[in-house]
Amino acid sequence: MINLLLNGEKESRLAGSVLDLLTEKRLAPERVVVELNGSIVKRPQWQETILREGDRLEIVCFVGGG
Amino acid sequence: MKAIGSKSSVLLVGVEVQDDLILGSKAFSSRLLTGTGKFSSPRFIPQILEASGSQMMTVAVRRVNPDKPEEDMLTHIPAGVTILPNTSGARTAQEAVRIARIAREMGCGDFIKIEVITDMKYLLPDGEETLAATAILAKEGFAVLPYIQPDPVLCRKLEEAGAAAVMPLAAPIGSLRGLRCRDMLEMIIEASRVPVIVDAGIGKSSHAAEAMEMGADAVLVNTAISAAQDPVLMSRAFALAVQAGRFGYLAKAGAERPVAVASSPLTGFLGATRAA
Repeated sequence: MINLLLNGEKESRLAGSVLDLLTEKRLAPERVVVELNGSIVKRPQWQETILREGDRLEIVCFVGGG
Repeated sequence: MKAIGSKSSVLLVGVEVQDDLILGSKAFSSRLLTGTGKFSSPRFIPQILEASGSQMMTVAVRRVNPDKPEEDMLTHIPAGVTILPNTSGARTAQEAVRIARIAREMGCGDFIKIEVITDMKYLLPDGEETLAATAILAKEGFAVLPYIQPDPVLCRKLEEAGAAAVMPLAAPIGSLRGLRCRDMLEMIIEASRVPVIVDAGIGKSSHAAEAMEMGADAVLVNTAISAAQDPVLMSRAFALAVQAGRFGYLAKAGAERPVAVASSPLTGFLGATRAA
């Protein structure tokens, strides 16, 4: 198990890739952007990017705004 | 770069002239930009677009909530609409740049509305931070649309920094108070070499018409539509008002006079007798 900070909240989960996490959360890959430890992870790199203990992840989408 | 997009033309003194709004490398036939915030239901979004003819919509960047998939605005905005992400939530240039880069990664184009707010009572934008963010992002190839206070000097600096347009406020965000900064907006419109989009504070369709008559290139409307009892009909009212104001501006009004000037002939009255 590894501990992550996902969108500001602690989460313990099995090790895996960014893509595994998105799939598990049922998030549409074409409508989210992922930032890992302050750097954007581009979509083609999601599968090969393996999450590690202490990683800080931000997963964002477009919401209503003016 | 040649602009791509829809074309609009207007018959001016008998001659057909192109009248597109050019932002970055895109041409728009609609001069009404709309916001997607504060709608009671996202189902309004496609209806608003159809009724208003708006071709550019703003969105905000936020942490995804897997429990509320309906918040994902891209599922509601029809294809073909240009997305204008904003950097709301940013308090510094650095934060705005971070949000802009994330927004571009979504793959919806290079437009970004810089919104750096440090005054939480009136939600006034911070000009210094906005200018710094504009300079960085313009160099990175973004089409930068900075939301600012109606400051003509700041507008000139933003232009020099590479802004694709300037977006001065008419009144505080969501206040619906209309063109409170009218004189400053006029100065900006007169001097600006990039499009001027009046953003924030517009409350009624007549305010939009007034801004367009003054020579604004476009207006951005959110709360005035989303807070209306019938947002769809209100968005149609705004579309007509923006077009009316634009036509009024292009047609150039006659000069005001301090006294009356009769519209009907002052001779040939019935029953008048000619003096001997």
